[in-house]
Amino acid sequence: MTTALLDAPTRVTPSRPMGIARRFSDVSSLTWRNIVHIAREPLQLSDVTIQPVLFTLLFVYVFGAGVTLGGGAHYVDFAIAGMLALNLTTSAMGTAVGLSNDLNGGIINRFRTLPMWRPAILVGRSVTDFLTAVICTFFVAVTGLLVGWRPETGILSVLGGFGVFLLFSYALSWACACLGIISKGPESAQGVGLVILFPLSIVSNALVPTAHMPAPLRVFANWNPVSAVTAAARTLFGNPNPSAIVQAWPMQHPVAASLLWSIAIIAFFAPLATFLYRRRTKE
Amino acid sequence: MPADSMIHAEGLTKHYGATIALGGIDLDVPAGAILGVLGPNGAGKTTAVRILTTLALPDGGHATVAGHNVVTDGAAVRRNIGATAQDATLDDMLTGRQNLIMIGRLSGLRRAEAAARSVELLEQFNLTDAGGRVLKSYSGGMRRRLDLAAGLVTRPPVIFLDEPTTGLDPTSRVRMWEVIRSLVADGVTVLLTTQYLDEADELADQIVVVDHGLIIAEGTSAELKAQVGGARLDVTLSEANSAAAGALAKFVAGEVQVSHDGRRLRAPVQSGAGLATSVVRALDNAGIVVDDVEVHQPSLDDVFFALTGHPSEEPVEEEMLTGPSAKKVKVRS
Repeated sequence: MTTALLDAPTRVTPSRPMGIARRFSDVSSLTWRNIVHIAREPLQLSDVTIQPVLFTLLFVYVFGAGVTLGGGAHYVDFAIAGMLALNLTTSAMGTAVGLSNDLNGGIINRFRTLPMWRPAILVGRSVTDFLTAVICTFFVAVTGLLVGWRPETGILSVLGGFGVFLLFSYALSWACACLGIISKGPESAQGVGLVILFPLSIVSNALVPTAHMPAPLRVFANWNPVSAVTAAARTLFGNPNPSAIVQAWPMQHPVAASLLWSIAIIAFFAPLATFLYRRRTKE
Repeated sequence: MPADSMIHAEGLTKHYGATIALGGIDLDVPAGAILGVLGPNGAGKTTAVRILTTLALPDGGHATVAGHNVVTDGAAVRRNIGATAQDATLDDMLTGRQNLIMIGRLSGLRRAEAAARSVELLEQFNLTDAGGRVLKSYSGGMRRRLDLAAGLVTRPPVIFLDEPTTGLDPTSRVRMWEVIRSLVADGVTVLLTTQYLDEADELADQIVVVDHGLIIAEGTSAELKAQVGGARLDVTLSEANSAAAGALAKFVAGEVQVSHDGRRLRAPVQSGAGLATSVVRALDNAGIVVDDVEVHQPSLDDVFFALTGHPSEEPVEEEMLTGPSAKKVKVRS
C-alpha cells in the first residue's frame, strides 16, 4: 500500500468551476448526507410521521368531541389546516438541531477546508427540512382523509393550500437556522426552539377561533403568521374558516398575507443566518 | 519568498483572548519536502495549521500556500490543500466510502470521478473491506487512515497533518509513517505537527521546534542534535561512592551530576571507541562496583530539554484545563 499510494500520473483537479451548477451540486451533496443520516436513524423522523398522525387523531376525536362549530361544520374540516400549522411549525426545529450538531462537531472543520460553496451547509439543511415538511404534510393529509376531512375546492386549490404551508415551513427553517447557529448545542437549540415555536403555533387560529381570546392574545393571534397561513389554507381547501369575519388585514387577505409573511421571513432570516454563520466560524 | 516554496509564512501572530497562541513565526517548506513542527500541547502548532488551512485568520503576518495568500485568496488555497485535523472531521453516520464520495463531490469532482477515487483510496489505505461500514464502527487507526485518505481525494499538492498519530497504537503509527513517506515520494509537500520527537526525527526533512507560540530552534534532525552537543554517559553504581565522580573526570566533557542517593551519575561525554569499556575499567580499578553503564546518543528529547528547559511531555493542557479558570482558557496545541 505504500508504493502505489499516488500512482496515477495526473492529479484529479477539481474540474468544475464555482457556477450555479456547482452550488446546486454542493447543496445536493449535503442534502444527500442529511438524508443518509435520517435513513440510518428513521426515528429522527417521528416528529413528521408518528407525531402528526397522533396529533391529528387526538385532536379530531378528543377536541372534536367537545367543540361545535357554527353552521353545522365538521370539526375535522376545521382541524386539518390547524394540524398542518402545529406540526409544520414545530418540525422546523429540525434545522436548528441539525445545524447545531454540525457546527459543534469536528466535521465543520473539514467542510471549511474544502473548495466548496460555503452557504451550501445552510441551504442543504433547509432543503432537508423542506423534504421532511413534505412528508409531514403527506401524513397529516392522509390521516385527515381517513378520518373524514373533505376539501371542498379543486385539486389545484388544495395543492395551493399545501403550498402556502410548505413555503411558510421553509421560511421558518431559516429562522431556526439562526437559532441553531447561535446555540451552544443541539439540546439547547431544541429547548429554545420549542419555547418560541410552541406558543407561536398555539396562540393563533390554528386550533380554536380567536374571537374569544383575551384582547392582547387576540391581537397577537390575528397578526401571527401562523394564523395567516392557516386561514389561507382553510380558504384554499374550502374548509370552515372562522377568521374570515375578523377585521384584521391578514385575516381578510390570508393568502396574500401568508405569502408576504413567508417572503419577509426568508428575506430577513436567510441573510441573517449567513451572517451569523460567518461570524460563528470566523476565528 | 523562494520560488519553489509551497508553504511560506512570515511573522504569523494569533491570540485568543488573552492567550497568545502564535507570537510571530516564519515557516518555509519547499516543494516536495516534509516539515515537522514539533512542540508540546499548547505550543501553537494547531493554530499555525488552522491559519494555513484558512480555518483561522492571523492577527498579523503573511502566509501563502501553493502561492496563494491564505487571507485574501482562501478559495484558491482550499483547492490546493488536503488537511487532516486532530479531532474527528468525518461523518460518523456515513460509511467510509460515503465519506470519501461526499468529500470528493464537495471538492468539485463529478459523481463518477468521486466514486472511482473512493475505491482507489480505500484500496490504497487497506480499507476496502471496511468501506461499506459506518464510521462509528472503525478503530482509531482506521479512522485516522480514512481521515488522511479524505485529505487526498483531489490529490492536492500540499498536505497538512495535525498530529496524525496522536493516540494510535505503535503498529498503526508505523503504518501511518509509511503512508506519509510515500506521499512525499510522490512529490507532495507536507507540513506535519507532532508532539513525538521520534516522529519528527523519522519523517521530517526539516524540523522547527515551537514553544509558547515561538520557534525556538530549527534545522535538520542532525543539526538540532548537534546543538545539544555530544553524547551523555549514565552510570549506575551498586552503592554510593564519593570517589566515583573523580574516577569519571578524565572521560567527561563537563560537570558530573550525582543523584541524591549517590548511586547514579550523569555527564556529557565525547563518545569514542571503547568508551564504556574504559569507564567500567577505571571504576573497577578504583574499587567501585558498577551495575550499569550507558552511553546515550542525544535524542530530540534532549534537544527539547536543552532548548526549552522543560521536558517535551509537560502536561500544559491538563494543568490549564483543571485549573480554576478552566472554562475560560482555550488551549490550542
